[in-house]
Amino acid sequence: MEPILKARNLVKRYGRVTALDHCDFDLMPGEILAVIGDNGAGKSSLIKAVSGAVIPDEGEVWLDGRKVLFSSPIDARNAGIETVYQTLAMSPALSITDNMFMGREIRKRGFMGKWLRQLDKPAMAEFARQKLNDLGLTTIQNINQAVETLSGGQRQGVAVARAAAFGSKVIILDEPTAALGVKESRKVLDLIQDVKARDIPIILISHNMPHVFEVADRIHIHRLGKRLAVIRPGDYSMSDAVAFMTGAKEPPEVADAVA
Amino acid sequence: MSKPNSNTDNYELAAATSPQQVAEFEDHHAGFVGKLQHVLHVNPSLVPLIVLVAAILVFGALLGSKFFSPFALTLILQQVQIVGIVAAAQSLVILTAGIDLSVGAIMVMSSVVMGQFTFRYGIPAPLAILCGLACGALLGSVNGWLVSRVKLPPFIVTLGMWQVVLAANFLYSANETIRSQDIESRAPLLQLFGAKFNLGGAVLTVGVVFMLALILVLAYALKHTAWGRHVYAVGDDPDAAELSGVNVHRTLMSVYVLSGLICAFAGWALIGRIGSVSPTSGQLANIESITAVVIGGISLFGGRGSILGTLFGALIVGVFTLGLRLMGADAQWTYLLIGLLIIAAVAVDQWIRKVSA
Repeated sequence: MEPILKARNLVKRYGRVTALDHCDFDLMPGEILAVIGDNGAGKSSLIKAVSGAVIPDEGEVWLDGRKVLFSSPIDARNAGIETVYQTLAMSPALSITDNMFMGREIRKRGFMGKWLRQLDKPAMAEFARQKLNDLGLTTIQNINQAVETLSGGQRQGVAVARAAAFGSKVIILDEPTAALGVKESRKVLDLIQDVKARDIPIILISHNMPHVFEVADRIHIHRLGKRLAVIRPGDYSMSDAVAFMTGAKEPPEVADAVA
Repeated sequence: MSKPNSNTDNYELAAATSPQQVAEFEDHHAGFVGKLQHVLHVNPSLVPLIVLVAAILVFGALLGSKFFSPFALTLILQQVQIVGIVAAAQSLVILTAGIDLSVGAIMVMSSVVMGQFTFRYGIPAPLAILCGLACGALLGSVNGWLVSRVKLPPFIVTLGMWQVVLAANFLYSANETIRSQDIESRAPLLQLFGAKFNLGGAVLTVGVVFMLALILVLAYALKHTAWGRHVYAVGDDPDAAELSGVNVHRTLMSVYVLSGLICAFAGWALIGRIGSVSPTSGQLANIESITAVVIGGISLFGGRGSILGTLFGALIVGVFTLGLRLMGADAQWTYLLIGLLIIAAVAVDQWIRKVSA
């Protein structure tokens, strides 16, 4: 099977620091791939390189078999890669609907939309409510309430819903449970499963081993700027994974990487 | 190796039997105060509107028909038209979490370009006016480029531009005023915004109508177009806006260019208001426009507020100015009260924002 998102020989240097050192990456269709690694291993640089947030110095990225070159997150988004950033990238004072449609607003048809560029607010609110309901986020009463009035878990939920609504090829989640409590984390993990059930592959970056081992199909272990190994959570324990990523133990053959 | 999940304690089960309610807080001010805070949070221009209506009623009660007449009330509109137009430009910039200290200078420069192009070079008035408008937009685009591309703080950029444009204005015009009679006889189009018409005792000028129309159009654009939502998002959190797909550079450029263009229209309106083209006029427009914006409830931190509030803010200043003058009070009382209003407005803004904390 061809990977939906593939990267080869990615290199990214920041001054004298090499964040990515000829790194490879494969995401298979329909899977949840977790990316783990110690702090400073280059996880974020890898994710930014495939989502357009940084431009790699060397190396190539293929999406769906076609070579792509993203110069901004907007490029990647237009190609169908949605990222939920750790900071969530939402405007707190604006409504849920406004945030979901930021940068891709729907305009009214006819004269009002074409010449006065009026937004079709009812259509956008309807779509947003639909998407939140799809993901079981029914505790949000008012789709027009400002994002700043939501709890942390609800905000995360809205961000995931936004990605799920528009991400046609790949969804990237950067530490989605890091700031959440136990119950809220559970909600977000359920959301991830829901998204996966629609055959959209997910890249999950997380430090939380129980969460990673629970939802991931494969785990990409990142160390010193490159892919150390890819393991299946059924074959190894959490302590093995931690040992690999910290260098306490030799990894298995990289041959495991092929799904 | 053991199965991954078999030896991990299922710690989430421990939370399963816990009470289901999530962080319920007793609503301390479920009563009137809490509701008021919520309503104001949703409609930020309500505070200035209430203050405006209250001020009109108080002065109306104290002064009677001397104040409470179509003539006096429309006189207020005429007096605030310049500040109102400039404050509309200022509102856009402040909504993006910036500030524009050069609005007054750009306004005067544009009016001088319109006047001098007509009288020094003999360019037909319509063309000279277009040149003046282009001059304003150009100066605005310089501001925008420095803020958005060079990433300098808006305060510093526009502080510099204020001095540069003002000095250029004096150097270019040689501090020479074009007299009202000359404009009237040779290029009356320059005074278009001063043209008056009567509506049953109410006296309106083209400038007043332009100010009201401008604010309504901007209010529509800010609320009902994608561009408007982007302006708010950029003011709220530019990084988040960029990541969620807003072209922050283009949004900032559009705001500063539009601000410059509106200031140039204010320059045209200024000629209509004072009759002549004077390089020394409108020196306080930047401070007065910021005052109107702040009293109008737009947050100086960006992303919050409504441009209708700015109109109300400008009118509040106008009502106080005229009301106190009609009462024969020392003009300093006006400044004192406006100063208190500014502080009160920012205090209210902070209080409203507490719902988000």
